[in-house]
Amino acid sequence: MGARARAPGVVCVRGGVRPLSLPDAPGASEDRSCSPAMPSRYARGAGAQRIQCTQPTLRTLRTLRTPRTLWTRTFPAGLIATSLALALAPAPARGQGAGQGQEHPGKAAYDRWCAGCHGIDGRGDGEAAAYMLPRPRDFTRALYQIRSTPSGELPTDEDLMRVIDEGMPGTAMPGWRTLLSRSEREAIVDYIKTFSPFFAQGEAPQPIEFGRAPRATEEALREGREFYQRIECWKCHGEAGRGDGPSAPTQEDDAGFPIRPADLTENWHFNGGGTVEDIYRRLRTGLDGTPMPSFSDLLDAGYMTEEQLWNLAHYVRSLSPPEPPRVRDVIRAARVEGALPASVDDSAWAAVERYYIPLVGQIVVKPRWFAPTVDGVWVQALHNGEELALRLVWHDPSQSPDTAWLVWQRRVLETMEPREGGPQPADGAASAASAVGSAPAAAPDGRAGAGAATTAAPASAAVSDEASIDLARLPDAIAVQFPRTIPRGMERPYFLMGDARQPVYLWRWQSVTAAGAGGAQDPSEGLAIEATARGLTRIEPLPPTSQSLSWDATFDRGEWRLVLRRPLATADTVNQLQFRPGEPIPIALFAWDGSNSEEGTRGSIGTWYFIYLDQPTPGTVYATPVVAAVLTAGLGLVVVARAQRRERSGGSSV
Amino acid sequence: MFELRDSVVVLSAGLLLAGCGAGDSAGGGGAAAASEETAAPAAVVDPTTVGTISGRIAFEGTPPAGKPIDMSEEPTCAAKHPGGARTEEVVVDGSGGLKNVFVYIKEGLSGGPYPPPTGSPVLDQNGCVYEPHVLGLRVGQRLTIRNSDGLLHNINAKPTANRTFNISQPTNMETTRSFAVPEIMIPVECDVHGWMRAYIGVVDHPYFAVSAADGTFQIANVPPGTYTIETWHERYGTQTVQVTVAAQQTAEVQVTYRDQMAQNAVVPLGQPIHLHDHPAGARAGAAEGGR
Repeated sequence: MGARARAPGVVCVRGGVRPLSLPDAPGASEDRSCSPAMPSRYARGAGAQRIQCTQPTLRTLRTLRTPRTLWTRTFPAGLIATSLALALAPAPARGQGAGQGQEHPGKAAYDRWCAGCHGIDGRGDGEAAAYMLPRPRDFTRALYQIRSTPSGELPTDEDLMRVIDEGMPGTAMPGWRTLLSRSEREAIVDYIKTFSPFFAQGEAPQPIEFGRAPRATEEALREGREFYQRIECWKCHGEAGRGDGPSAPTQEDDAGFPIRPADLTENWHFNGGGTVEDIYRRLRTGLDGTPMPSFSDLLDAGYMTEEQLWNLAHYVRSLSPPEPPRVRDVIRAARVEGALPASVDDSAWAAVERYYIPLVGQIVVKPRWFAPTVDGVWVQALHNGEELALRLVWHDPSQSPDTAWLVWQRRVLETMEPREGGPQPADGAASAASAVGSAPAAAPDGRAGAGAATTAAPASAAVSDEASIDLARLPDAIAVQFPRTIPRGMERPYFLMGDARQPVYLWRWQSVTAAGAGGAQDPSEGLAIEATARGLTRIEPLPPTSQSLSWDATFDRGEWRLVLRRPLATADTVNQLQFRPGEPIPIALFAWDGSNSEEGTRGSIGTWYFIYLDQPTPGTVYATPVVAAVLTAGLGLVVVARAQRRERSGGSSV
Repeated sequence: MFELRDSVVVLSAGLLLAGCGAGDSAGGGGAAAASEETAAPAAVVDPTTVGTISGRIAFEGTPPAGKPIDMSEEPTCAAKHPGGARTEEVVVDGSGGLKNVFVYIKEGLSGGPYPPPTGSPVLDQNGCVYEPHVLGLRVGQRLTIRNSDGLLHNINAKPTANRTFNISQPTNMETTRSFAVPEIMIPVECDVHGWMRAYIGVVDHPYFAVSAADGTFQIANVPPGTYTIETWHERYGTQTVQVTVAAQQTAEVQVTYRDQMAQNAVVPLGQPIHLHDHPAGARAGAAEGGR
C-alpha cells in the first residue's frame, strides 16, 4: 500500500491537501520530509479557521514511522499538536526589525516558529497551547524540565539548545536542528532568556558533574530494582513502571495542569531522552515545574551512592525494550493446528509475533480529544482455519471505572474540553444511563469459551450525546474495525468507523457492563460485542444471532491484555466480515480510557493497517519434493544403468 | 478592601496627608527612621529603645470545618492521626482565635541592617502533614526540611520571585534550602500526597510572626516607629493595619477575619514584595493604625 514510501509532508487544510516543501527552513533535510514545521503561510491560506486534519494527516503520520528520528517515529500525537500549533501561529510581525533597528536578533525567528505555542510574550499561551497537554513552556517563569543543573537552578545555554535541537519526546515540542540554522537557534536561545529576569541575575548556571555510567550487570539491575522499591518510585510510576502508581491521579504541574507520571516502559516518550545517561540526569536534576523531584540530596546525605543511583537508572532503562517499537503495515496471523489459546496469559502467546499499532487522539470530529491515554496497542494474531484470535495489549494506568481517578477526570476535562463543546461532567451517579449505557448494555457475554450469543442486544447504542456524562461509570474500551467485506481494490471505508455509505464491521470490548459499572474491579465484568458502525457516534450492535465473539481479559498493573476470538466464517455474511486466509484484510484500532474521561469521540484512534491470515500449507508442498527426489533418483538410476549397459556392450565390441 | 494594591494606595494617601498636617506628632517615628537611614550601614537596631507589637487575629462567625483527609494509602501517617486528619485551611480555637496567619511589617522600616538570622526553622513532614503549616523565614536564612515519616515525600516549593526547588526525601532525613528574595507567600507541596501543603513567607527583616492556635502573635525588638502591618491568610487574604511602636512599649493590634471575606479575597501567592519601595509612607507615619 506504499505507506512506507516517504511521501512528502502534507499540510491538510480544510478540504484540501497540499505538499509541503519547507521553503523557508534553512538546512531542512530529507530526513524530516514530513516536518513538524508547517509554515504558517499555508495555514493562513485557511484564514483564521481551525485546521481540521483528516485522513491525509493520518496517512502522513504513517509515513513518519520510518524516519530515524525518535520523536517523529514514535510520537505522532505531538506532531499533530505541533502542526496545529504552527498552523495557528500568528503572522510574524513584519517590518518591526526594519524600522526599529533594536529588535533582538532572535525575535523574528521566535515569533515565526515558536510563538504559536509559547506565545509572543513567552508565557506559554500561544494560540495552540490550549490543545496541548502538557502545555508549552512558560518562559517567563524560567522553570525548565531538562537541565544539567541542580533543581531550582537555571538551565545552561547548552541545555536549552539541546531541547530546541532534539525536541521533547512525549510532548508536542519538535526538534529544530535540521529546520533552523545554528545562528537562528542560538539567537532563539538567547531570546527566550529575555522573557525572565532570572537569567540576567547572578552567575551562569553550573552543570552537575554526572560521571560515567557503570556497567549494567545483573547485580546492578537487581540493586536498581531494590532502590526503585525503597525510594518509592512506584508511588507515582507504579509497581511495573507503567505510570499507574497510587499518587498518579492527583499529579499536576506547577501551573496546575494535570500531568502524568512517565510510563517507564516506554522510554521513547521520555521528555529528556531515553538513554541511561538521560535517566540518570533526570534523577539528579529532577524535572522542574513537574512533580518529579531531584534525588541529589540523597547522595549528599549519604543515603545512597552515585553508583546506586546509576543502577536505578539502569533498572529504569531496562523496563523499556532495547529499541522503540517499529511499526509494520501488515499483521500476520500465523496458522496453527488445534485449538487457539483462549486465555490472555496462555503460554502459547509468548511465541507469537507482536505488532505495534500507534494511536493518536481523535481530533477530526468534535468534540475532539487532544489528551488521549492510549498511544499504542500491541497486537498478536493466530488462526487455525476455523477461528481467528487477536491478542491486544495496551497500557492504561487505571482499570476504569475507578473512583480514585474522578479528580483527574474532572481536571483533564476542564483543561482540554471547554472549547470543544462536549458533554460536561455530572456529579454523582444520578445520570447513570448516559456514559456506559451509551455502549450496548445488554449484549451477549462471549467470555472465553462461552460460545454464541443469547442475550438480546439493545436496538440502538448510539454513543451518548447527552449534555452530561457520568464520569464515575466510564469504562475502558477498545474497538477493532474491519470492512464488512474484504475489499478488492484499495478503497476502504472511512477510517473513522465508516460513514453512511460505507459502514464498517466492529468488534468492541469494554471493561464493565452498564450493570457492573461503579467501580467493579473484576475483568470478567466486561462485555464484547459485534456491531456495525456508520461513523464514530453511530454504532449499532448486530442482532443477537450474529454475536459470535469470545473473549478473555485481564488488567495487570497498568496494562490491559485482551483476547478476542471469532469463527472465520459466520452465517451473517452481510454484517459480519468473512475472514479468508491469503488475502490482506484492512484492520484499525480505537481505544478509550474511562478514567481519562474518554468515551465516544474522545479517545484514541488509528488508521488502517492490514491483517493477513496465513494460508494452509497445501499438501503439494510436502509431496512435490518427495516426488521430485524419487524421480531424480529413478532417472539417475536409469541413466547410470544405461551408461553401464552401453559401456559393457561397447567394451565387448572393441 | 483586602486587595493589596488598594490598601497600599489608601494608606499611602492617608500617610501623606498625615505627614503634611501633623508634623510634630510624627516627630518620634520620623526622626528615628531618618536617623537610622543616615546611619544605615553601621547602625544595628538600638536594643534599649525597641518595643513590641503584640496582637491577636480573631475570627468572627462560624468557621468552615476542615475537610477530612483520606490517608488510607499511608497507614503510617494515618496512625499518627487517631481522630482522623483534617485540612488546616481554617483553624479557629474555642475563643475565636485564628491560627496560621502570617503577620509581618510591610512598610515603615528603614531597611536595616538587622541582626542576622539565628537558627534554622524546621519544616517537618510528620504524619503526612507539614508542621508548621505556615512559616516565616528571613531572606537567605536556612530552612531545615525534615522527614519524620520515613516514607517518600517530595518537597516541591513553588515560588515565583525566588527559584523553585523540588527534592525527594524517601526516608527520615533533613535537607536545607533558602530563598534569595522576599516573597509573600511561597506554597510548598508534596506531589506524592496531594493534600500536603504549607506556606512560607520570606521577608528581609526579622519583624514577622505566625498566629498561634489562640490567634495571638508577637513581634519583638521592633524599633520605635509607625508601621504598616500586613496579615495574610491562605483563604481570607490580606489585611493591613497601622501601628505605632513607642520605645520600650508594647503596641496592641487586633485584626478580624470573617468567613464572607473568602468570596472577594485575593490571596497573594508567589508575589515578590518590595519592602522599601515606599519611603514617603515610611517616614510620614503619624496616623494611628487599626481598622
